[in-house]
Amino acid sequence: MTLTIDRTEAAPKTAVKGKPRGGALDPFFEGLCFASATLLLAAMAWVLVSLFIGGWPAFHKFGVNFLFIRSWNPVTEVYGAAGPIVGTLITAFLSLAIALPIAFGIAVFLVEFCPPVLRRPIGTAVELLAGIPSIVYGMWGLFVLAPWFALHIQLPLLTLAKPGSLLEKLTSGIPNGANILTASIILAIMVLPFMAAVLRDLMLTVPAQVRESAYGLGSSTMEVITKVSLPYIKRSAVGAVMLGLGRALGETMAVTFIIGNSHAFPKNLFDSGSTIASTIANEFNEATTEMHTSALIALGLVLFLITFAVLALARTLLGRQKVV
Amino acid sequence: MKSKVLIARRKAGNAIFVGFCWITAAIALAALAAILFSLFKDGIGALNLQTFTMDTPAAGSPGGLRNAIVGSIMMCALAMVIAVVIGVLAGTWLAEYAGDAVYGKVVRFVNDVLLSAPSILIGLAIYQLLVAPFHGFSGLAGSVALALLATPVVTRTTEDVLKLQPSALREAGVALGSPLASTIRRILWRSANTGILTGGLLAFARISGETAPLLFTALNNQFFSLNMTKPTANLPSVIFQGGLSAFDDLRNLAWAGALIIAVAVLGVNIIARTLARENRQS
Repeated sequence: MTLTIDRTEAAPKTAVKGKPRGGALDPFFEGLCFASATLLLAAMAWVLVSLFIGGWPAFHKFGVNFLFIRSWNPVTEVYGAAGPIVGTLITAFLSLAIALPIAFGIAVFLVEFCPPVLRRPIGTAVELLAGIPSIVYGMWGLFVLAPWFALHIQLPLLTLAKPGSLLEKLTSGIPNGANILTASIILAIMVLPFMAAVLRDLMLTVPAQVRESAYGLGSSTMEVITKVSLPYIKRSAVGAVMLGLGRALGETMAVTFIIGNSHAFPKNLFDSGSTIASTIANEFNEATTEMHTSALIALGLVLFLITFAVLALARTLLGRQKVV
Repeated sequence: MKSKVLIARRKAGNAIFVGFCWITAAIALAALAAILFSLFKDGIGALNLQTFTMDTPAAGSPGGLRNAIVGSIMMCALAMVIAVVIGVLAGTWLAEYAGDAVYGKVVRFVNDVLLSAPSILIGLAIYQLLVAPFHGFSGLAGSVALALLATPVVTRTTEDVLKLQPSALREAGVALGSPLASTIRRILWRSANTGILTGGLLAFARISGETAPLLFTALNNQFFSLNMTKPTANLPSVIFQGGLSAFDDLRNLAWAGALIIAVAVLGVNIIARTLARENRQS
């Protein structure tokens, strides 16, 4: 028995038109996806444009000097960004200087020395801590770190310093623990888990053969890390550090809690100061004059430009390394 | 002779290096443990039934966090709806349609930058879009600000998981005569759903503790309210105001709020990780 297929009836319906059923939806769906992607671009553009428009009155009034004026005075309506900008850069770089060696140490520890039983739990703990909201770190800084720092470091140093000495200059400030140094420490603790997790992931990408050949040639652990692993991940590692820097630059709540929020140009690390983000967070809702609001938004634009440069560089260096 | 000195020096150097790694790991873990310890000690001490049944008080009177918890959940839920819709579609475009187009690269790059852009600037931008023109803070504006923070996370994870799907799946779908749109919706999304869900959970964990963008958008509200067109109470703002206030009871409330947020974020993160791991194994 042979099965005859009646081609004359079934075939034309699908084949002749050339398009599958429901194909009319195709362009619509693609358009929808495209529109969503474009929306992201538009959001970024709006952030830039809105900051520029909002900050324009301040830029118009103070010009380039906005970046260099050292006073921030809502009463006389003179606003200069020098204090917050310097505060932002100091806290960000100082926190990086503290966090980087420690993050590197943890990453090496997890990859090379950690007992296998502990590797997963410690690794997961580090990753989870990277997700804790910054306001929690801020609370801890304000209620635990600041009082401890004031009592055990700031006060002894103050009593030790002779009037007029260099030490006195370096440590003068209200001994309440709310200063640039403690803010940097909190920031360092915040970016630490993030940087440690990324550095560890990067170190795990070094092929085992390469590392083992180095060990086989008689290298010590230090030599394997510094001469084999690090050169292998150099580019991405710099990217990861820049990403950490980007976080530290834009971090708001943890810093606002603890930096002391003074607009005076900081004299030393034990002096209270402010960052761009903390200034905006503190004053934006209380700004009554248009110029005050505009100056705060102009500060936001400055922060945007700084972080954009840092993040763009970081992402370029990282390539498609997976970092969320 | 010389080689012995060299070996001794290398050994000493290595010992210092190894010691440094152990010590830094110990320091970091100690600091992080200290934070968790005081969070749980002060947080649990401040938690009680009132925390969940009463609204935020004026200083000196009893109160809880009911309005803030409800407000936070409402805003995060709306933000996640927006973020998942836009993020999944945008991620799909990047993975399936963009190819090597320059425009795709630009979008991908902008998305990566948005992923780590300072959240306070997102707040300022949304303030100028949805608060200033309407002369009023609102929970809706807060949701949009949070959505803008969550979308890049969803976009990125969606793109990544879709790219992991074997092209045989796409080809099979198209070979069966299904249009590309249906192939994506019925086959690719379905096979990638755990990955997309993980991305959504991570995004949720990220925005649920965000404070800075809410300060100028949702503001805060002392009272219980379900109206999102008005200022809406939220946990982060209550923590911020309570933490900086001079009253012990408000500070205690802030600790309780911080604990609730931290536990919620940790819980969601752990679920997301478990899902991701199971997905990888299967």
